[in-house]
Amino acid sequence: MVPKLWPILPFNAKHSRPSDRFGLTAWSVSLRSVVGCSAKRGAATSNVVKRLESVALSFSDCGDNVLIRMDRGPTVTATDGEMPLAESQSSDAFVAFERVQKSYDGETLVVKDLNLEMPKGEFLTMLGPSGSGKTTCLMMLAGFETATHGKILLDGISINNIPPHKRGIGMVFQNYALFPHMTIAENLSFPLEVRKMSKSDREAKIKRALDMVEMGAFGGRRPAQLSGGQQQRVALARALVFEPELVLMDEPLGALDKQLREKMQFEITDLAHNLGITTVYVTHDQTEALTMSDRVAVFDDGRIQQIDPPDTLYESPQNSFVAQFIGENNTLEGTVKEIKGKEALVQLDDGELIDCKPVNVSQPGERTLVSIRPERVEFNKDRLQEGTHMVKAEVLEFIYMGDVFRTRLKVAGNDNFIIKSRNAPDQVRLKPGEHIDIGWLPEDCRALDAV
Amino acid sequence: MADATQSAPMQSAPVQTGPMLAADGTPLKQSLARSLRNQKIRALALIAPLLLFVLLSFVIPIGQMLFKSVENDIVADTLPLTVAALQDWDAASGELPDEPVYEAFVTDMIEAVAAKQHTRLGTRLNYEETGMSSLFRKSGRQIRRIDIAEDAPFKEKLIDINEDWGDVETWSVIKTHSVRMTNGYFLNAVDMKRTPEGAQSQPEDRQILVKLFIRTLIMSLAITGSCILLGYPIAWIIANQPARIGNLLLILVLLPFWTSLLVRTSAWIVMLQQQGVVNEILVWLNVIADDARLVMIRNEVGTIVAMTHILLPFMILPMYSVMQTINPSYLRAAKSLGATNFTAFWRVYFPLTVPGIGAGSILVFILAIGYYITPEIVGGTSGIFISNRIAFHISSSLNWGLAAALASILLAAVLILYWAYDKIVGIDNVKLG
Repeated sequence: MVPKLWPILPFNAKHSRPSDRFGLTAWSVSLRSVVGCSAKRGAATSNVVKRLESVALSFSDCGDNVLIRMDRGPTVTATDGEMPLAESQSSDAFVAFERVQKSYDGETLVVKDLNLEMPKGEFLTMLGPSGSGKTTCLMMLAGFETATHGKILLDGISINNIPPHKRGIGMVFQNYALFPHMTIAENLSFPLEVRKMSKSDREAKIKRALDMVEMGAFGGRRPAQLSGGQQQRVALARALVFEPELVLMDEPLGALDKQLREKMQFEITDLAHNLGITTVYVTHDQTEALTMSDRVAVFDDGRIQQIDPPDTLYESPQNSFVAQFIGENNTLEGTVKEIKGKEALVQLDDGELIDCKPVNVSQPGERTLVSIRPERVEFNKDRLQEGTHMVKAEVLEFIYMGDVFRTRLKVAGNDNFIIKSRNAPDQVRLKPGEHIDIGWLPEDCRALDAV
Repeated sequence: MADATQSAPMQSAPVQTGPMLAADGTPLKQSLARSLRNQKIRALALIAPLLLFVLLSFVIPIGQMLFKSVENDIVADTLPLTVAALQDWDAASGELPDEPVYEAFVTDMIEAVAAKQHTRLGTRLNYEETGMSSLFRKSGRQIRRIDIAEDAPFKEKLIDINEDWGDVETWSVIKTHSVRMTNGYFLNAVDMKRTPEGAQSQPEDRQILVKLFIRTLIMSLAITGSCILLGYPIAWIIANQPARIGNLLLILVLLPFWTSLLVRTSAWIVMLQQQGVVNEILVWLNVIADDARLVMIRNEVGTIVAMTHILLPFMILPMYSVMQTINPSYLRAAKSLGATNFTAFWRVYFPLTVPGIGAGSILVFILAIGYYITPEIVGGTSGIFISNRIAFHISSSLNWGLAAALASILLAAVLILYWAYDKIVGIDNVKLG
């Protein structure tokens, strides 16, 4: 799916100076930067983005094409796969994946054309279902797997051929991987010993690292004598004790119970931000990803489907996979009727019309999957705009959940349409069998690609 | 607590004194024991056949063996009067015993010959003094003809029959070994002997057993060591293969078990003899001269090579089972922490495999120390073990007492080594599977 995010512009290779053709003065960036900009629009982390923002009004993905609307000159249509990608700019990225592919058996690609840039100090989460390639990416970064194709850069240097022990990357493993035959202090001492540090330095660092995770009193214990949460802290301390700039975490909280997991989520993010380390965190738990990260890369099918800050990811999913994977989501199938600027009219399969925001649909007649978050659905007409298209719904089930009411509806043939309403004194409690009209703001309802 | 205080009124929380009581007032321990009794009886009944089998086939024979190594009833049973009469005689005086001893001896012997016990006694005493067997056998025939009532005195008569009866040494041997419980076999087992003056060393040319014990220990250690060196990489490879290939390799490791031990051992003769495969190849490659072929069989080398081959699976299997449980993320963690491949192996992987090495070593060492067939076939004279000597005494010289003493010492040595291992490495660190 990712190539759709890549504006592979036909003019770039054929016309080495596109500015001549389009009269753009600032067009000096490579395609990679355009892509980065597309993904990071609004985040504005580099000059490149700002320069481009001034010339490009919008990027939108429409199937195999990418539309780039410019403030001057014509709209450019790019087609996937037509063009070789340009060489990367030496950007200020601390970690970068460039066109990385990975295959284990030579027949199928586990990671397909991965491109990723991370600035220093960022907390990035790789989120995805199992088998989506996220752990493989992490292992390639750590050096335990070799990339079949492409480059992995750390601080501007290609690390493809550097063995893991020379990369200086801290890593927290899924099962902690604390050495069972060593005490906690010996475990922490290990990375310092292999770096030939003196005994007094080692002791000072070990003490500091253990105090940092509030495990100062446990130095003499063995891993088996600690609880899961304590082992988790020690594993974290061990990965940080030799002061790496980059720390990788492979589902580190997977084995903990819910309460401890939530506590550790905060502790880990606090630590990472306080120490200013760059963190790549792999998880399949979307709550974890949303609460901990600066940015989340959603993986599926060996590609990054979307990479954005948590709020953008939740509120503006770029395709239906992301919309369904992140948070609870209602989907309705339909056909695009017309597109007017930032609004689109979609006819649902039972004939009803709804207002949507076109995300990756481009022309009338296209099939689309419309996505609405349960908490953005309204059945109180007063809260909606004038002339909003309403949809008929039948209440199937009302569930009292304390802070919210969760109501299951049948809408346009979909009998698993959920709405959530806050438990307030004036809130209506719907009864099964009731027939109501529901609606939403057009920008909350996103017309995405039909799967 | 709740159960124990149920009968008491709730409002006055009673102070619990004495043992915990069950609801009906009986002590809780007693109550628990009663409720578990049936389970225990059932469990005992289920294991009873095995328990009996182990008792009959393991504990009793070992007890018998231990007893045999000190038991020495035959002299006192066969020559009861002589032994009593010899009490007052002092071998150190250098004089022959007096007439009463001879009379007692003839009386005992007439009875013994009638019961055909005298040859067995001769055999027993022959272990201590060569020539005793034939002395008793030959004299037995003539003593039978002596009439105890008429033919006194017997001293001259006996010396007439065989001049050895006029030798102080003969009587000294009988007296020394007349005790019912003897340490003689154990003294023999460590190249000493029981004399009227106490324990003394055997003559130089008869001191072989201590050397043999030491050789057995050293060679068993050598075999264990070579098994570790050869087995470790193999176990590592098997443990790190995908299941399908790993199982195939495991079958290859176990394959030798499907071939007769005798055949496997004999195959090494074909390989290692002077006209054998290894020597021929070395000569052909001009590594050694034709007239300087290596002697690799019927000596220590042959025993070590063949036994390493035969015992290797016992080393590989425990190592494999331990290595299989080692999570590969430990090695990855070590490398991510900055350890080179070697450091990661030596500081992290190797210590985790020590329980496997320990288990394999104990198995191989204990099997090796008592091994019999392979040293017998390929060991020649310099490559045999103490067990070959035990076998010799059991089946050829029929000196069961000495065999039992040797076996007891071997058992003690193994137990001491086991204890030392427990002290040094810790037996909890042994994983057999």
